[in-house]
Amino acid sequence: MAQATGIVTITPGQSARAAPEPSGWRAWLRQPGVLTALPMALLMLTGFVAPLLLVVAFAFMPPQSFSILQPPTLANFQEIFANSFYRSFLASLYLAAATTLICMVVCYPVAYAMVRVFGRVAGVLALLITAPLFVADNLRLVGWMLFLVKGGVLSGALQAWFGIATDSMLYTVSATLFGLVYTYLPFMLFPMIMGIAMVPLEMREAAFDLGATRWQVLKEVDIPLAMPGILIGALMTFILAAGALSEPRILGGSSVVMIAQDIQNEFTFAQNWPKGSALSVLMILVAGVLAVTLLRRIDLDGIFGRR
Amino acid sequence: MNEIRRPARWLYGTLIALVLLFVYLPMMTLVMASFSRSKFFKFPIPQFATNWYADVFASLSIRSFFWTSLVIALLVATIATVLAFFGALAFARYRWAGRKLYQKILLLPILFPQAVLGLALLLWFSAIGVTPSWQAAVFAHLVWIAPITTLVIAIQVYAFDPAMEEAAVDLGATRWQTLKEVTLPILTPGIVSGFLSAFLLSWANFPLSMFSTGADQTIPEWISAKIQSGYTPQVPAVGTLTMLAAVIVMALGGFAAWLHARRRAGLA
Repeated sequence: MAQATGIVTITPGQSARAAPEPSGWRAWLRQPGVLTALPMALLMLTGFVAPLLLVVAFAFMPPQSFSILQPPTLANFQEIFANSFYRSFLASLYLAAATTLICMVVCYPVAYAMVRVFGRVAGVLALLITAPLFVADNLRLVGWMLFLVKGGVLSGALQAWFGIATDSMLYTVSATLFGLVYTYLPFMLFPMIMGIAMVPLEMREAAFDLGATRWQVLKEVDIPLAMPGILIGALMTFILAAGALSEPRILGGSSVVMIAQDIQNEFTFAQNWPKGSALSVLMILVAGVLAVTLLRRIDLDGIFGRR
Repeated sequence: MNEIRRPARWLYGTLIALVLLFVYLPMMTLVMASFSRSKFFKFPIPQFATNWYADVFASLSIRSFFWTSLVIALLVATIATVLAFFGALAFARYRWAGRKLYQKILLLPILFPQAVLGLALLLWFSAIGVTPSWQAAVFAHLVWIAPITTLVIAIQVYAFDPAMEEAAVDLGATRWQTLKEVTLPILTPGIVSGFLSAFLLSWANFPLSMFSTGADQTIPEWISAKIQSGYTPQVPAVGTLTMLAAVIVMALGGFAAWLHARRRAGLA
């Protein structure tokens, strides 16, 4: 039975059998889990791990070079800090933090309402929130551009119907932030819905029965128990917003330069791979540290597997 | 239990409605702008017309970008679903040494900015001598989409009782028969939603396509290029058509789910 389902257990006694059992890594490789994981693992190695390692290697190569077989140097990082290229990095962190904070405050009551108040139509609501992700983000930002541009929907309506003249609302840092909040809102909302759905109702009832106020239940039961979902949402929003490319360009009109734009310039127009790589390393560090810290704290089986 | 009182219910309902309005406002603006006759967008729209759609349908280049997008999305969805079917079993069903690490590595591409990933892949492709093309874009999309598809199918795998597989094996089924006759049919709803979401995510992808397609171009790339070279109402018209395509795919998915639920109810 164990053999048939493929759970090969190696015990010293088995090696004495007529047909020699595979041992060590071979036995490990033969497990159905390993076999089924292999194609995805290969994709992750060749499409994610290796490219990022290459970027890290290039970050330590002399400027303007196109090979990783040269003596390593810190010149690119010195250049970044000497010529204030780190500004785009700081701008990205600042905008990502602001985006995360705004999304968190907006999404908590909405997610709460979706799970606890309108739970019966939760499926429909979740679909309505997911559907926009199936429309290109730059296209949706163009929609906002037409809405906010001078003479567009908002200023045109104010002018025609109320006689209020307004200036263009585009091409500012706030317009960029607005675009970031818009684009990454679903990435906060969705995990939050999952997190709030994980809070057992009995726990809340018990707290109320023991005389807790609404505020206490929120602070002591709701938020702590929904924390895994809130954390995943906050982390995703922060990392994705920090690496945004279309928002500062389409809505921000490059009034603020974010790091992905700088990396793109170095990799394409400037053809300076090492400098682009060094800038990417800053992004990889932020995303990596945050992701690893988070993934160590949460139990994925618990989040995706609860039924 | 703390019953949600009427006024609070209204308040929460309004809040959800406002968020949905916020989410859909730019898309409604696009649809409206696509029917405006003039070259420059102005609100309130002086005259409605469908001339920009006629332009779009007549354009051979837009038609070719459409096909490129479609072929990439179909290939990505198919490959991602096959990879994710096995990947999800490894994620949620089997217990093996290394599973926790595998689960975490799988989440990393989702927790990474796509534009930076796209640029890293651009560097990687030139280092290993792959010329950027629509085929390279399929690979780039897979790196980000296959993990998502895996999660979608994994949720279904978690809900599935391994005793079903064991029963099949006890009744003499081979490993392959068990997979084909038991595992696959039970996971079908997850596989279908995984396929559809992979298709739609690839269809709508811009940051990964931008750095991997090279001389080929997808519809979202065309939109970006048009925005930089100067607005034309073809943009909202093409945008409306891509949204319509996404809605049709989602409706087909909904219909499939409804059929499946009905057949199950019929069997029970």
